[in-house]
Amino acid sequence: MKIRHWAAITAAFSMLGFAGTTLAQEAPKAITIATEGAYAPWNFTTADGKLDGLEVELANDLCTRMKVQCTIIAQDWEGLIPSLKVGKFDVIMASMFITPKRLETIDFTQPYAVDPSGFAVAKDSELGKQGGSTEKFKVEDEATSAAAIEKLKHLLKGKVVGVQAATINLEFVKKYFADTVEIREYKTTEQHDLDLAAGRIDAIFTQQTALAATLAKPEFSSFTLAGPGFVGGLFGLGTGAGLRKEDTELKEMLNAAIDAAIADGTIKRISEKWVKTDVTPVK
Amino acid sequence: MIDFAFFLEIIPTLLSGLPMTVQLAAASISIGFVMALLLALAQQGNHRFVSWPIRTFVAVFRGTPLLVQIFLIYYGLGQFRPSLQDMGLWWLFREPYWCAIIALSLNTAAYGSEILRGAIKGVPHGLVEAATAFGMSRALTLRLVVLPLALRQAIPSYSNEIILMIKGTSLASIITLMEVTGIAQGLISQTYRAVEVFVAAGAIYLAINFTIISALNALEIWLTPYRARA
Repeated sequence: MKIRHWAAITAAFSMLGFAGTTLAQEAPKAITIATEGAYAPWNFTTADGKLDGLEVELANDLCTRMKVQCTIIAQDWEGLIPSLKVGKFDVIMASMFITPKRLETIDFTQPYAVDPSGFAVAKDSELGKQGGSTEKFKVEDEATSAAAIEKLKHLLKGKVVGVQAATINLEFVKKYFADTVEIREYKTTEQHDLDLAAGRIDAIFTQQTALAATLAKPEFSSFTLAGPGFVGGLFGLGTGAGLRKEDTELKEMLNAAIDAAIADGTIKRISEKWVKTDVTPVK
Repeated sequence: MIDFAFFLEIIPTLLSGLPMTVQLAAASISIGFVMALLLALAQQGNHRFVSWPIRTFVAVFRGTPLLVQIFLIYYGLGQFRPSLQDMGLWWLFREPYWCAIIALSLNTAAYGSEILRGAIKGVPHGLVEAATAFGMSRALTLRLVVLPLALRQAIPSYSNEIILMIKGTSLASIITLMEVTGIAQGLISQTYRAVEVFVAAGAIYLAINFTIISALNALEIWLTPYRARA
């Protein structure tokens, strides 16, 4: 009887996260996945309030593979990592780049997508007249990427650029463009899209797949993708699912499920459905 | 758990947002006060065509959240750029700074006008009659008798409104203005230490509001020495 009591108390403490290493490593039966719900086409909220998009479909697919019951919820971008840490949910799938800085605080699965970031501007602006390019630059290859950044800086001099707050995109623009452009920070990308259309800002900078989805809307017919896409370096290894460092079992399960989804072409199929290109990471 | 070295590190960063917070608060409280006074006086005449639009304005701005008002004035009006350009007002609504000041001023004008309307109504009618008996004109009575008494009477409830406005400026970060709260959120996204950052930001607001409360208390005691708290 006494032993049972102790077991119950230990289990209770484990759940509170005080001594929770043994319990946390057991395979979970049900998990909660958080997304932002405001970053179409990766994750967004439909008119009737449901979550949908590439990551929502992928999350459901991974859960089926892992035979785990999943609940998908929406959470403000800025609150994602703090809420994960205090245990409000177990996994982040919100188009979050795996970066060294974030790895100090939380852990990530292997990337399930790699997607370059770039600018969108008005077609009749100096940069817009150059048109979009399918070139991709790796930020860590300084020789080539520095030249590309210099060229963009020249064309964007004195312009106002909108970027979502607390993102790697913002860090990138701050690091390489802060001395030539005015940076405005938005809570969601939907908000900087609105301001681009209203003419309050001259350019926006985010993932090119998200830009393409925005530019496909009729009110953005006079805007275009511009300049090359950037990957690597500051942008890290790609987009992965974030989880707590102690949830090692869950990480292995997710990695195995992502492997399977890459191998059987599911990620390719889902990504072509939602973002029109294949963002499957190349191993 | 609380790390004091970290506090000292983030306070200067947070204070870099203080000028924006103070500017937004000072501009909107001043503009709002002038508007509130005009709106309160305009309602004294009891002309239906004057008071109904004012009452509607007050009801709308007191009945909706400030957050919604800021969103509507910034993102909402942003969709009507061509019409605003025709009216020559786009330069004003283009800038998040002016949009924030407009939203905050209109909001505080609505609340302030009710405070002042009540305070003016609270001036004993006998005093106005006495002034008229002395042969003072209506304007002179207003300037020398009614307003000084009403404004003095309004200080405690108006100081509440001022404090609410200072806290209201924290919403300006949703339209890209980097005041104290906006900078705090940026710091959290870099450090993931929400408790320390928000405690420090809260302390800054507390310090501003404590200063203002003390100043307004001193003003009230100076104007009404017989009512000073023991």
